[in-house]
Amino acid sequence: MIVISDVDYFIGPVKILDGVNLELPKGGISALIGPNGAGKSTLLSLIARLMPLQAGTITVDDLTVGACPNNTLARRLAILPQASDAAPLLTVRELVGFGRYPYHKGRPTPDDHAKVEDALEAFGLVPFADRRLDTLSGGQRQRAQVAMTYAQDTGYILLDEPLNNLDIAASRSLMRVLRELAAAHDRTIVIVLHDINYAAAYADLIVAMKGGKIVAKGTPDEIVTEDILKEVFDTDPKVHRIDGKVMIEV
Amino acid sequence: MIRVTLILTLALLAVLSLFVGVADLSPSALFYDRAALDLLWTSRGPRTVAVIITGGTLAVSGTIMQMIVRNRFVEPMTAGTGQGAALGILLVTVFMPSMPILMKMGIASAVALATSVIFLVIVNRLPPTQPMLVSLVGMIYGGILGACVLFFAYQADLLQYIDIWMNGEFSGVLQGRYELLWIAAAVGILSYLAADQFAIVGMGRTVSTNLGLNYTQVVIIGLLSIAIVTALTVVTVGMIPFVGLVVPNIVSRLSGDNLRATLPLTAVSGAALVLASDILGRVLRYPYEIPVGSVFGVLGAVVFLWLLYAPRRHV
Ligand SMILES: Nc1ncnc2c1ncn2[C@@H]1O[C@H](COP(=O)(O)OP(=O)(O)O)[C@@H](O)[C@H]1O
Ligand SMILES: [Mg+2]
Repeated sequence: MIVISDVDYFIGPVKILDGVNLELPKGGISALIGPNGAGKSTLLSLIARLMPLQAGTITVDDLTVGACPNNTLARRLAILPQASDAAPLLTVRELVGFGRYPYHKGRPTPDDHAKVEDALEAFGLVPFADRRLDTLSGGQRQRAQVAMTYAQDTGYILLDEPLNNLDIAASRSLMRVLRELAAAHDRTIVIVLHDINYAAAYADLIVAMKGGKIVAKGTPDEIVTEDILKEVFDTDPKVHRIDGKVMIEV
Repeated sequence: MIRVTLILTLALLAVLSLFVGVADLSPSALFYDRAALDLLWTSRGPRTVAVIITGGTLAVSGTIMQMIVRNRFVEPMTAGTGQGAALGILLVTVFMPSMPILMKMGIASAVALATSVIFLVIVNRLPPTQPMLVSLVGMIYGGILGACVLFFAYQADLLQYIDIWMNGEFSGVLQGRYELLWIAAAVGILSYLAADQFAIVGMGRTVSTNLGLNYTQVVIIGLLSIAIVTALTVVTVGMIPFVGLVVPNIVSRLSGDNLRATLPLTAVSGAALVLASDILGRVLRYPYEIPVGSVFGVLGAVVFLWLLYAPRRHV
């Protein structure tokens, strides 16, 4: 379980996060939704100790973020930050291989190699395995990044807008892999999504943020309603329920 | 494949280097001529070894610096590390001339480390979207430090030393006067143990933290290795620019940035290119020598341009 207590975050005089209290359960997929600038990436970065906490505490199971050794957390929790353009000059296999670093520290074992092949397989990257990242499309590169995060083999996986750049087939296949991971391998996935329909279809829990605050938290059924969407996003799409599934009109 | 070719090339160049020079030396003479053996042992051998170590370690240092700064257009010799080393050795020569040589080296390395850290601090304040700015600032910074060195040397009446430190060449290398370079070789090999760490640092602070790496610690280890190698080179043979810039760029273009796989390539390529330059410098205006830096500048630029314009392989 990830427990976030009384977290504030300032950049200069601007309050980016405002008294965030949130519990994310172990297991399953939790989706973070909210308008641009709501503070989703900031919150994710704080959980993953990419930035130091200014106020409040965050714990991941028994580990206190910021106090526990960096490398211990790296084997418990992995993050894929929001995509950047700079592609390192590595092949897909090499990149995914770096996901194993927390375990082998520079001396990979056969087990590490096996885990890498496993990750390449799971994300359909075998045909590209020896291609360099700078020769791939944005979507293929994104998939390689997710595979690296997967290879890190952590109980908690944080993904910041991983569906950016992905076509519908790749998006669905990624969400299915994540659901499979959560269901069969007992992983906890926290994912920032912009497409509410994906959140509704795949998440067990949806957390809505706005202006640095948590404004709603619940199952897709509870959160994806016209009222809440209007409050969070200031726009009013129609919500349909078809065969027990919620879907919004775009 | 590429590895075997490179190593064979280097071996060939090394043999060539032993038998090319002002004094005549033929392989067969070694069997009956005591003087020939002496020449090999005291001069040609040490010179060849010095060139190989210098070329290899400078190329590796260039790679490490480029990973730390996350910019392809910087190298220690022009971005302040080399000038810092010269400043350090100048200071000890003036103020503590009787200090043992190893301590002198320690101080030169420490000053080189300090000037490199300052460079990194300056670079971190530059906008990341302008890579050329970093290289420009590096050159200006190195230039200013170089001017300081020159000024102090002038004041202390030590200009003749400056020439030795600032313009690298290998003609002065003799047995007994290059052995410090073995320390540089050891440092270069030790830094290979951290190849994965440097590669991860090259992907940025976020990736490093996520993978549980102590980013600051790896940066400091990298800078330390760069500073020691640079200081030893500057004091023993003098500054040799561009090796740390051109060789890492050639290698990463051809083989990427997985340093565990590529650092050995970088070292061997650096050694081979500098050795080729040194041999050329010896024969082009025979019996005079052209400084290795000048030859390398031309040779390195040609190889690099050829790479830039050669059709791109999809690997
Ligand atoms: N480096 C920065 N300097 C100033 N403001 C920033 C910086 N990074 C983020 N912000 C601000 O913090 C707020 C939250 O950003 P972020 O967490 O990235 O939002 P989200 O991921 O929900 O779109 C935004 O209003 C953004 O403008
Ligand atoms: Mg964001």
